[in-house]
Amino acid sequence: MTNMLQVRDLHVTFVTPDRTVHAVNGVSFDLARGETLGILGESGSGKSVTLRSILRLHPEHRTRWSGSIKLEGDEILDMAPKALSDLRGQRVSMIFQEPATAFDPVFTIGQQIAETVRRHTGKSETDAMKRAKDLLEMVRIPSPAQRLKAYPHEMSGGMRQRAMIALALSCNPTLLLADEPTTALDATVQIQVLLLIRELQREFNLGVIFVTHDIGVAVEVSDRIGVMYAGKLVEMAPVERMVDAPQHPYSRGLLASTVHDGMRGQRLESIPGAPPDLAAVPDGCSFAPRCKFVRPDCTASIPSLREVEASHAVRCVLAA
Amino acid sequence: MDTLLPIQDRGGPAQPLLLATGLRKHFPVAGGLLGRTTKVVRAVDDLTLSVAKGETLGVVGESGCGKSTVARLLIRLIKPDKGTMVLDGDPVDEPHGITVNELRRQVQMVFQDSYASLNPRLTIAETLAFAPRAHGLPAAEARERVRDLLSKVGLDPVNYATRYPHELSGGQRQRVNIARALALRPRLIILDEAVSALDKSVEAQVLNMLVDLKTELDLTYVFISHDLNVVQYLSDRVLVMYLGKIVELGPVEAIYGNPQHPYTRALLSARPSMDPRKRTHEAPIQGDPPNPIDPPSGCRFRTRCPFAEDVCARVEPPLTDAKFQAVACHMRVAGSGHSKAMAA
Ligand SMILES: Nc1ncnc2c1ncn2[C@@H]1O[C@H](COP(=O)(O)OP(=O)(O)OP(=O)(O)O)[C@@H](O)[C@H]1O
Ligand SMILES: Nc1ncnc2c1ncn2[C@@H]1O[C@H](COP(=O)(O)OP(=O)(O)OP(=O)(O)O)[C@@H](O)[C@H]1O
Ligand code: SF4
Ligand code: SF4
Ligand SMILES: [Mg+2]
Ligand SMILES: [Mg+2]
Repeated sequence: MTNMLQVRDLHVTFVTPDRTVHAVNGVSFDLARGETLGILGESGSGKSVTLRSILRLHPEHRTRWSGSIKLEGDEILDMAPKALSDLRGQRVSMIFQEPATAFDPVFTIGQQIAETVRRHTGKSETDAMKRAKDLLEMVRIPSPAQRLKAYPHEMSGGMRQRAMIALALSCNPTLLLADEPTTALDATVQIQVLLLIRELQREFNLGVIFVTHDIGVAVEVSDRIGVMYAGKLVEMAPVERMVDAPQHPYSRGLLASTVHDGMRGQRLESIPGAPPDLAAVPDGCSFAPRCKFVRPDCTASIPSLREVEASHAVRCVLAA
Repeated sequence: MDTLLPIQDRGGPAQPLLLATGLRKHFPVAGGLLGRTTKVVRAVDDLTLSVAKGETLGVVGESGCGKSTVARLLIRLIKPDKGTMVLDGDPVDEPHGITVNELRRQVQMVFQDSYASLNPRLTIAETLAFAPRAHGLPAAEARERVRDLLSKVGLDPVNYATRYPHELSGGQRQRVNIARALALRPRLIILDEAVSALDKSVEAQVLNMLVDLKTELDLTYVFISHDLNVVQYLSDRVLVMYLGKIVELGPVEAIYGNPQHPYTRALLSARPSMDPRKRTHEAPIQGDPPNPIDPPSGCRFRTRCPFAEDVCARVEPPLTDAKFQAVACHMRVAGSGHSKAMAA
């Protein structure tokens, strides 16, 4: 496998008149074509900001960047507007939790998918509509020909989510960014959409980055899992490794505090306290205030991300 | 004026704390092209349930199946179209029973949205003292109670009493909401997605706290959540809803270990696997839940049920009256006409 995406030491800071947020503080990872990387973390840990950076979707005037994001060798952080628009329209697609943000309520699903197809391929209206129908079929929407004529609000939540996936795949991207696309769905619908994403990923050999706060969801779709805390990846490992032998105290706490089958009657392990405020740049391990293993060198400097074995890296002074 | 002492048990352990019979709530909604025809959302339809003293009754089901409507009916935030409620032997809102206000002292509710349910202009102490003061507790005693409540939910009174809601994290706010629900010393607390918005590590803290409070204060819980794992962890009995109806009800071990209703089974096997070596390969059922306006005739689950037969469209399956595990499916009704049912 060759790496299609390389993210190196990414920092993203938002500066507004009343506050500064150090949302991403040195994130590095690679993604291979055909690979799914799950990014797991709690609210505010910087998952969405990391993902949106890959499309440079942040408000330009309020965002300070550093680091590098290379897609197939092209530096995204330096891209000119034309290249950026090609990137967004053809090479990378994104799906979200709320499909309402992807669709305009006043046009039919068919019109919107066909329009995207036309813009990117120059196909005729008829051909674009035919391709839209094929796309709906591909995401397993029943009676796709009729559904082309439906408005977004006329579809159920699961159906809209499928339509958004169809829209995202309409320009044949190589990289799919998924930001909690199943979080708002019902349990019996969520699993259908997860399986669909997994199938399409294989069929088109997509690179996928799948952001979620749900461990079960990450386990269902990911080849590797990265755990984020306070704007940093604190651990990255193949999915089996992450589930069997997490090393970072935060990853371990997160897994142990997630309620699952067979925990009835047991006291839950929980992590005391709450995540840190992101107003200041951390000068040591951000997890230190909540960590039961904390020792002086944890706060003296920021622990580096160390490989404890092949493909398994941990950002903790205890990791060997 | 009552003294806000804990309320004494009356009917003894065998009498349900809360018994709701035949509850129904339909919401009219505008339909048709010009919004002129009225249709109804059948949010809760003839639902009967009892909550035993000291138990945790879990309520699960997909979005829109009526869980929150049930919760709001149980504390009378909304009035049922039909049905009766009895609290420890006393009929609610009936001539010889107790008033809705008295019900609300004994039954409290905690919602999902910890921010929206706190007044941003009041300090935590003011919020917590509000209901006890309104019930006539003198100021000094109310202050004492606030301190006690904050310690009970694991917040240091010195540190937190004078803060405002925006100065708290989500988990801390939810602790305050729970403290507020405890302020009038209720017997039953209805928790509607009370931990759903919390991060996992914080959720675990709050769940541990709920378990402790229940023992310490002799509470009874109705715990509503779409998270099947959390419901399994906390509940003694579990009620499964689908489109406004109970489809299955029984002890937690039976519901999770030996589910009888096809929907319960589907819901349980739709849970993402926690083991990468045992990933899900096929979705247990297809499609989305139908609209609760005009739900399917007969069994409401039939449009997604792999076992649906003619009888399922014609006849609504009754909830079996089994004391242990009750199910609403024609396959479980002898002589129903379903090919998998026993002969009558
Ligand atoms: N445009 C913005 N301007 C200012 N702050 C922002 C902006 N976008 C995100 N943030 C802040 O950056 C931090 C990281 O946010 P991010 O959305 O990446 O979190 P997340 O891990 O996706 O969380 P969630 O699970 O809640 O979606 C948060 O503190 C958030 O408030
Ligand atoms: N005030 C109202 N007016 C009209 N319809 C309503 C009203 N309240 C609830 N409904 C409808 O009643 C049905 C049941 O809603 P309810 O909120 O009880 O579901 P729920 O099971 O709590 O769902 P969720 O898991 O999304 O919280 C839904 O279809 C909802 O849209
Ligand atoms: S570096 Fe120190 S404080 Fe941070 S996780 Fe490791 S042991 Fe805990
Ligand atoms: S009554 Fe019929 S449709 Fe309903 S769950 Fe049973 S078999 Fe399925
Ligand atoms: Mg996010
Ligand atoms: Mg609800």
